[in-house]
Amino acid sequence: MIKTIRPKLELLSRRFIEKIIDEAYEILDKQGIFVENKEALKLFSQAGMKVDKKTHRVYLKRRLVEKCLATAPAVIKLYDRTGEREYAVGGDEVHFDPGSAAVTILDHKMGEERKPETRDLVAFCRLTECLDNIHFQSTGLISSDVPHPIADIYRLLIGLVYSRKPVVTGTFRVESFRPMKDMLAAVRGGDKELAAKPLAIFDACPSPPLKWSNLTTQSLIDAARAGLPSELISMGMTGATSLVTISGTLVQHVAENLCGVAIVQLAKKGAPVIFGGSPSSFDMRRGTTPMGAIETMMIDAGYAQIGKYLNLPTHANMGLSDAKINDAQAGLETGLGAVLGALAGVNVISGPGMLDFESCQSLEKLVIDDEICGMAYRLISGIAQREEPIATDKFEGFTPETQFLSMPHTKKWYRMEHSYPVIADRDTYDAWVAQGRKPIAERASEHVEKILRSNAPALLDKDVRNELTRILAAYAKTHGIATLPSLP
Amino acid sequence: MKKEELYARMEKAIIEGRKSEAEDLAREAVKAKFDLTEVIEKGYVPGIQKVGDLWEKGDYFLPELITSAECMKAAMAILQPELDKAKIQTRSKGKVVIGTIEGDIHDIGKNLVASMLSANGFDVVDLGADVKLEKFIEKAEETKADFICLSALLTTTMLGQKKAIELLKQKNLYGKFKVLVGGAPANQKWADEIGADGYAENAMLAVKLARRLMGA
Repeated sequence: MIKTIRPKLELLSRRFIEKIIDEAYEILDKQGIFVENKEALKLFSQAGMKVDKKTHRVYLKRRLVEKCLATAPAVIKLYDRTGEREYAVGGDEVHFDPGSAAVTILDHKMGEERKPETRDLVAFCRLTECLDNIHFQSTGLISSDVPHPIADIYRLLIGLVYSRKPVVTGTFRVESFRPMKDMLAAVRGGDKELAAKPLAIFDACPSPPLKWSNLTTQSLIDAARAGLPSELISMGMTGATSLVTISGTLVQHVAENLCGVAIVQLAKKGAPVIFGGSPSSFDMRRGTTPMGAIETMMIDAGYAQIGKYLNLPTHANMGLSDAKINDAQAGLETGLGAVLGALAGVNVISGPGMLDFESCQSLEKLVIDDEICGMAYRLISGIAQREEPIATDKFEGFTPETQFLSMPHTKKWYRMEHSYPVIADRDTYDAWVAQGRKPIAERASEHVEKILRSNAPALLDKDVRNELTRILAAYAKTHGIATLPSLP
Repeated sequence: MKKEELYARMEKAIIEGRKSEAEDLAREAVKAKFDLTEVIEKGYVPGIQKVGDLWEKGDYFLPELITSAECMKAAMAILQPELDKAKIQTRSKGKVVIGTIEGDIHDIGKNLVASMLSANGFDVVDLGADVKLEKFIEKAEETKADFICLSALLTTTMLGQKKAIELLKQKNLYGKFKVLVGGAPANQKWADEIGADGYAENAMLAVKLARRLMGA
């Protein structure tokens, strides 16, 4: 049997990758990088790096970073809420998760963006739980009916209660990490158990150019010590917060991420860390950051290739769109991103459901995107030989009347070789008219309703649920919030 | 050099974003003891206005816009001390205190707005990023500002725009300054909701908005 090729997208030659990395190292060494966190500066200082405590500037030596890279795991194992299902994050594995931390939701009935409420977040988590091609969930919406100091923790609570999938999340405040970690540990049954079977990834974004803020650095340190993976989300905007050239942006991206890897490894040797990002091509006309730009996707595929060269798991924000409604632009940008990200072998691809520059989630888009992700998975599974011989035996005794439809060969392979979308329109024109000429958003909305109606919530065990609520309530109290919003 | 020729070259230097030339021409005007208020009004201002036109037509993008604004700033840095020395009051289009709200270190949008306001004749006090709400108000009082401009990229810091207005009300200063809000999560609806005086989508519109509110 001939081996199936895993189709792959590579935009950089080996020499180009090495040059980008060399220049990143040179910048870290000669210009340094800002790290606005005392503990991290201390760690760097103890590792023998030159640290300017006044300006928070640290000059990183290549040998230290290379030592840190050597202890960072190439593959990370994530586990779902039950602890039974394992997901490998590394190699060319691809896992999609919904775009995270949207501040609005596209209300299908109103046809407008509005502020999300807890009921939307619950629907979002329940829907994510039911979508086969979305492997992880994300704390995708920020509920507006929840007091701000607990908003980041509350969305994690909802995610854990309503979905089994591993969670991609992050902190809004330094002090939020502890209760968030405690909740995850409560689900697992202890800190050790959580470290052995991580249930969540914590996103941490450097501030371009070349700066790690106190909040995000602390998140790296805290997550490393809890044994939870951090995702480094470097996000240069070409010509605005990084060089305008794609290659120049890659140099800065690599420098920022290398510093992140070093912080994680110095905090705890061997701690899991993902080489990720959310950079974008900066629109010089409008001052916006289009995630659907082909150049944005090129930067993503480029740094992912470099991350792989460094032997680290990778992440990108792809498979999302800047469109404001579920129109052709939403589909084309999402489709391009999901397919290119999958071809580039990006391990964690965050984006499905997202519209309007990473600010708006749409339930309808999420189900459409699930189908897109399914297509991307099909593509990277490649063309397989399946049988030996491929065809000659099937043509034995061939006549003009030979029926393919009734061949056992057909029945054996048709579901594995081909996919059958439920939302994309494959009807004849007349059938489409007869069904009411529905545009895709309409069909998607019906599908959302159907999923939510026909699937009971994958509720977390009641005792654990109460424990999570207790953790959140205790934390809320320290912020002067006496009562929690009740779960729907 | 004749005045008219000098003015034409100043205008061109601003439009084409040539900083050292804009500075040289300013020095020349000082040396020739020209009326510097006229130099600004007839030499440099038409330049930045043309830049605005080119932007609106879609010919100019942000890099051209910002380069020209910086040229304007560089020329003014030479002319202003001379005007001060001669105790000549230039007519300010308005005084602005601007910054990114505490907890937010994103300042590109804020910088764009500050540059364009300053290039268009507003007096701009830029407090930078991660600025405490009290600081905005203190500075506005101290400088007798017309505007307080609050920038926020994050939804968390956007709430600071609302709090700043509440703080102004507490201090009985609401209405004394015109509060303008901007940043990715802000919009007109939000501005209305929190009782701000205005919102602008981008830096050029912010200039227009500020001009309109000054009655110009």
